[in-house]
Amino acid sequence: MELRKRSRLPAAQIMLHVILLIISLLCILPLIVVISASLSDEAALTQNGYSLIPTQFSLDAYQFLFRQPDQLLRSYGVTFLVTGIGTIASLLVTSLLAYPLSRKDFQLRRSLSMYILFTMLFSGGLVPSYMVVSRVFHLKDTIWSLILPYLVIAWFVFLMRTFFATIPDEIIESAKIDGVGEYRLYFQIIVPLSTPVLATIGLFCTLNYWNDWYLALLYIDDRNLIPLQYLLMNIMKNIEVINSSVNATTSIIPSDTVRMATATLAIGPIIFVYLFFQKFFVRGLTVGAVKG
Amino acid sequence: MENSKQQKWRRFVRRNGHLAIMTLPGVLALFCFAYMPMFGAIIAFKSFNVEKGIWGSEWAGFDNFRYLFASSDAWRITYNTLYLNALFIVFGLIISVGLALLMNEIKNRWMNRFYQSALFFPYLLSWVVVGYIGFTLLSTDNGLVNKWLAYSGAEPIQWFAEPKYWPVILVLVNSWKIAGYYSIIYLAGMLGISNDFYEAARIDGASKWQQIRSITLPLLVPIITVMTLLQIGRIFYADFGLFYNVTRDTGLLYETTDVIDTYVFRMLRTVGDIGMASSAGFYQAIVGLLLVVLSNYVVRRIDKDNALF
Repeated sequence: MELRKRSRLPAAQIMLHVILLIISLLCILPLIVVISASLSDEAALTQNGYSLIPTQFSLDAYQFLFRQPDQLLRSYGVTFLVTGIGTIASLLVTSLLAYPLSRKDFQLRRSLSMYILFTMLFSGGLVPSYMVVSRVFHLKDTIWSLILPYLVIAWFVFLMRTFFATIPDEIIESAKIDGVGEYRLYFQIIVPLSTPVLATIGLFCTLNYWNDWYLALLYIDDRNLIPLQYLLMNIMKNIEVINSSVNATTSIIPSDTVRMATATLAIGPIIFVYLFFQKFFVRGLTVGAVKG
Repeated sequence: MENSKQQKWRRFVRRNGHLAIMTLPGVLALFCFAYMPMFGAIIAFKSFNVEKGIWGSEWAGFDNFRYLFASSDAWRITYNTLYLNALFIVFGLIISVGLALLMNEIKNRWMNRFYQSALFFPYLLSWVVVGYIGFTLLSTDNGLVNKWLAYSGAEPIQWFAEPKYWPVILVLVNSWKIAGYYSIIYLAGMLGISNDFYEAARIDGASKWQQIRSITLPLLVPIITVMTLLQIGRIFYADFGLFYNVTRDTGLLYETTDVIDTYVFRMLRTVGDIGMASSAGFYQAIVGLLLVVLSNYVVRRIDKDNALF
């Protein structure tokens, strides 16, 4: 059997690899165009257009960015802070909500599940949400407006609950017989057993916060609180946002290459995060997908 | 009587108290950022006055809705939202199941991993960055697509001024971004299928194609149903990031790219017409709710285990 499997149609396997390699390239190459543009000479880019390899290599765009890096560094800081606080808080609150829902002896299980499910079915919409954040809680132009609205996402709660439910009841039973309290049980036994799902949801939360520009678009006017993605959005419209020395009468003001350089810098960290989380990822995603 | 009631309550607290406290932060967060806006949705029935606030403003009955549906906007944004989302669901499903089938046949584990990572990669990017990528491809003077068109002797196209191309562009961009994510979910489902089925089929002389058609796909139906149901339930909600960033919010393209979410946003933040914005939002929420409940009901009739609730 083993032998037959190995000798079966290597040509078909090669075909599959070729198709998948092409599709993989299609997924990655568009980003290479952005990076290559960031490493190009502005004049050459204007003349030759975008390409896969820089037609005339130049670090001008990055030099320009680091000549007056205030806004860029600030936005990096805001994004790091929001992503850090947001991901940790979100993981904690979400898992603390999901774990009791997985316990069959928890009598509020059904009603709380309904409470959470309903937020997936119906929403007040943009206008009332905007009013609540800005007029009721007065979070406009604060860092909390970038964190709190994404703190609990119903879908993540159910993904986690499904995972927690796979932890054998005996573990919980025996811990309780040994007199372990609920909180210690959760932090010292349940959490260590749940790394795959925590890593998966952690990656999603990190992506949510790192990639967010929407909350900033709605709630941030203060330049000091502009996160990276929103900065990127603004410099697409107006390059002066990034560097006030643009007004100076220098010979040529890089704009397209600087935009692409900023985009490149904004993507960098998330790729490292992905590589770090990746080994847990497929396993964690699988558990949740089986049944929501 | 009083005593036993108290005892019952005490027992209830002893059994559930700590677990209930654990859920408290999450319950509160949902209350503030999901339930409070739901109550605030009555703003759609008010003639909103900034000084008086939501509760103090005068009732307006259905006036806001009358204005909304009297305009040609309501029809256009409803049509665009439903039509484009339907295209996204169909093409997304075909492409991601297809990719999962391809990856499922790859024997080399290392390469398999590489493909999964590469296909998932676009999912990591924000819509802002995807907008940048779109710009490098479609920009009229410098864009790669127009360069290729010129290379092959065709006339360049002003992509950001031609609404007729955009349904295709949006389907391509959307599939590019999410197909990897869904294909990993479907692939995980395929890996869960017992090898015994395939073993038996091979002994009976079934071809690869026959195995896919009569084993893999039928056993994948539950996951496909759930994932598709989730998307159909949300067919009335558009991905704001895609429509706002990739089209660069270009007015010339609204004819084919303006959806409910971009419309509500524009009415709220650019035009400042709270009545239009909130009535369109409420209309979306109500029809959205009906659609989820309906699609769930349909799935329940077909297969109870796959229903969401």
